Amino acid sequence: MAFNHRHLIDITEYSADDIMLVLETAVKFREVNERKIKKVPTLKGFTVVNMFNEPSTRTRSSFEIAEKRLSCDSLNFGGSSTSAVKGESLVDTVETLCSYKIDMVIVRDKHAGVPRLIADVSGAHVIDAGDGKHQHPTQALLDLYSTWAKKGDLAGLKVGVVGDIGHSRVCGSLIPALKIMGCEVTVIAPPTLMPARPDVLGADHVTSNLDEALPELDVVYMLRIQRERLEGAPYPSLREYNQLFGLTKDREPLMKPDALICHPGPINRGVELDSYMADHPNRSVILDQVYAGILTRMAEMYLLLGGSEDGLTA
Amino acid sequence: MALLLKNAHVIDPQVGLNEVADIAIRDGKIVEVGQGLSIEKGVEKDLAGKIVVPGLVDMHVHLREPGFEQKEDIASGTRAAAHGGFTAVCCMPNTKPVTDNATAVEFIQARASAVGKCRVHVAGACSQGLKGETLSEMGDMVAHGAVAFTDDGRGVQDAGMMRRVMDYGSMFDRVIMSHCQDEALVGDGQVNEGIASTRLGMLGWPAEGEELQIARDIALCRLTGCPLHIQHLTTARGLDLVRAAKEEGLPVTCEVTPHHLFLNEWSIGDDYNTFLKVNPPLRTPEDCNALIDGVVDGTVDAIVTDHAPHTAWEKNCEFEIAPFGMIGLETSLALVLTNLVDPGHLSWERAIELMSVNPRAILRVERVAIEPGSTADLTVIDPEVEWTVDAADFLSKATNSGFIGEELKGRATDVFVGGYATLEDGAIAE
Repeated sequence: MAFNHRHLIDITEYSADDIMLVLETAVKFREVNERKIKKVPTLKGFTVVNMFNEPSTRTRSSFEIAEKRLSCDSLNFGGSSTSAVKGESLVDTVETLCSYKIDMVIVRDKHAGVPRLIADVSGAHVIDAGDGKHQHPTQALLDLYSTWAKKGDLAGLKVGVVGDIGHSRVCGSLIPALKIMGCEVTVIAPPTLMPARPDVLGADHVTSNLDEALPELDVVYMLRIQRERLEGAPYPSLREYNQLFGLTKDREPLMKPDALICHPGPINRGVELDSYMADHPNRSVILDQVYAGILTRMAEMYLLLGGSEDGLTA
Repeated sequence: MALLLKNAHVIDPQVGLNEVADIAIRDGKIVEVGQGLSIEKGVEKDLAGKIVVPGLVDMHVHLREPGFEQKEDIASGTRAAAHGGFTAVCCMPNTKPVTDNATAVEFIQARASAVGKCRVHVAGACSQGLKGETLSEMGDMVAHGAVAFTDDGRGVQDAGMMRRVMDYGSMFDRVIMSHCQDEALVGDGQVNEGIASTRLGMLGWPAEGEELQIARDIALCRLTGCPLHIQHLTTARGLDLVRAAKEEGLPVTCEVTPHHLFLNEWSIGDDYNTFLKVNPPLRTPEDCNALIDGVVDGTVDAIVTDHAPHTAWEKNCEFEIAPFGMIGLETSLALVLTNLVDPGHLSWERAIELMSVNPRAILRVERVAIEPGSTADLTVIDPEVEWTVDAADFLSKATNSGFIGEELKGRATDVFVGGYATLEDGAIAE
C-alpha cells in the first residue's frame, strides 16, 4: 500500500487506509518488541531530533525507546537547553539544527502550529508530538491501535470522550481520527470545558450528562483534568467534578459489559477515574495504550522515513 | 507657486462634483475649478483618465515613533501613507514613551513637519501611560494640537474610568475613540472564538468581548454627551449597536479596516500565517458581509487601516507569541476600489466620504473640498491600473500585510498636500 506522507502533523490529512497501514505496521513492531533483543536496524544511519520545548515524560520517553529500538541516532534538544532561554527565535534554532543535516524532528511545543512551522523551515520530516491545544496525532494513533487491538473493526464503534475537551490537544487529533475511522463520537464535559464548536472537530453528540451517555458507549475515553492549563477554575471543586464527570465504580452498572476505558495519562486518581476503574482488569486499556505508544511510534517513524525492512517479519 | 491639474475626472460629493474639469492651485489653495482653465506661469499636469478626489485621510495608524523605530518611524510611515494615496493620517498614542502629554504631541508634530510626507494628526492617550487609571492632560494636549483621544491598543477596562474620560473629554469638542476589548472575556484570545479557535487549537477571542464594550461606551455616550468613535469594529452585532445609537441620535461614529472587510477567520490556514494575527481578530464571513452592508448603507463612517507595522523577526515566530497587527496604508485604497467600487457595490462618492470627508469631520480638522478657497490636499487615482501586492514595493519598513500576492485594480499615482506634490507618478517626491 502506498504511504505518501512526509509528516505526521495534521491527522485529518490521513485517510482511513493510511491510518490502517500505521496500525498494521505497528503489529509488525509488536512482534519485534516481544523478542529478547528488541532492536532492528530499520533506521540505521538516520538522525532524529527530539525537540521537546515543553515538559513531557511519557511521550518523550516513548519516542526515545522507539528510536533506540529502530537503531537511529537521536539527539534530545529542549527543556533547559532550549536556545529560547537565550533569546534565540524558534526559526533560528530550527535552521541551526537543520545545518546538522537531520532527517526528522519530533516536536512538542506549547504553541499551536509549531510543527508546521518547523516543517516549512527545515525540510526535515516532522512528527507532531503535541502542539499547544491544537493536535497530538501520535496519541490518537496509539489510542486507535489500543481500541482496534481489543475491538477489531473500528467502524461503527460508539466512543465517548469525557473531560477537558476544550483545552485538549489529544481531542484535536483523536476526535477527527475516530471520525475518519467511522466511529460515532460523543463529547461529554461541562460547558466550561467544551470547545466553542465541538462539531468542527467532528463530534456527533454534545452533552454534559455522563450518566445519560454512558449506556451507549463502546469506549469511554477519559481525559486528564489539566489543572496546569486552566486559568480561572472551570469547575467549583475537584470533588464536584468527580461527582459529575468522574468514571467511578458507582457508574459501572451504567456501562456496556464490554465497554473499554482509555486514558492518555497521567491519571488523576480520584478525579476523572477512581482506582477501581483505572485498574479494571477487563475494561481498562490504559497500560495497553502506553505499550501501543512504542509500537505505533516505531511504525510512524519507519513509514515516514522509508526505513529498511531488515529484521521485520512480513 | 501655481499648479494646474488638467482634464481629470473630479469627484467630490461635498460640492456635488463628478465631471471632467481642471483645477487651478495657487499658494497651497484651490483658486478655481472649471473647464478650459489656464494659468500664466507655473506647472501644468495633464491628468486625462485619472480621478481626482479630496485628499484621503487614514484616521487610524501606528507610526511607532517614538520608541519602536525598528518597526516604523514617522519618515517611513508617512511615505507609506503618501504611496497609498493619503494626504493625512492620525497616529495612535501607544508609542514609547506613551503620547499622553503635550510634549509628546509636540514631538510627533515637529518630526512630521521635518521628515513627514503627509499631515500627521496626533491622537493622545486618554489615560496616563495607557493604563486606564488616571486621566491624561487632555486640555494641555488639545492646546498643543491633539485632535482626539484614545487608549487604542487596549480597551479602558473600568466603566467608571471610561465615564470619567468621556465626561472630562466632553468639554474640548474632541472625539473619544474607543478600542473595545473586555480583557476579562478576551484573555489571551488569539483568533475568533468559534470555528477558528476550535480548528486551530488556540484560545478564542469572542465577538462578545468587543460587543460588550461597544454597548457600554454607547451607554456612556448617552450619559455624558461626549462624541464617541468606535475603532476597528468587526462584528455584525457590534455594527447593529452603532446603527441603533445613530438612530437614537447619539454622537456615535465607527470605523472598519480593509482586513476585517476582505479577510475572514478562514483566511488563517494551517500555516498559521502570523500576518493574519490582528486585534480584534478576523471574524466570520457573515460578519464581513454585515460590515460591507454597513459601509454601503452609511452605518460605517470611515475606512481606516489600523496600520500596525512589526519587524520581520517579530512576526516570524509561533502564532501565539507573535504581536497583533498588519500594515495597510499602501493597500487600503486599492482594496476598496477593487472589492467595492469596481464591482459596483459602492459609489465613488461614498468611498470618498469614508476615506476622506468623514475622517476629517470626526477628527474636527479642516474640511478639504474641491472648490475655490480650500486647501489643495488632493489624491489622484488611476482607476484602471492593475497591480499585484508585492512586499518589495512597500515603502513602510514593515511587510506584515495579509494581502501579499493579491491582484488589485486602481491606485494613487499623485498626491498633493497643500499644493505640493508628495507622490508623483507613483514615486515619492523628495
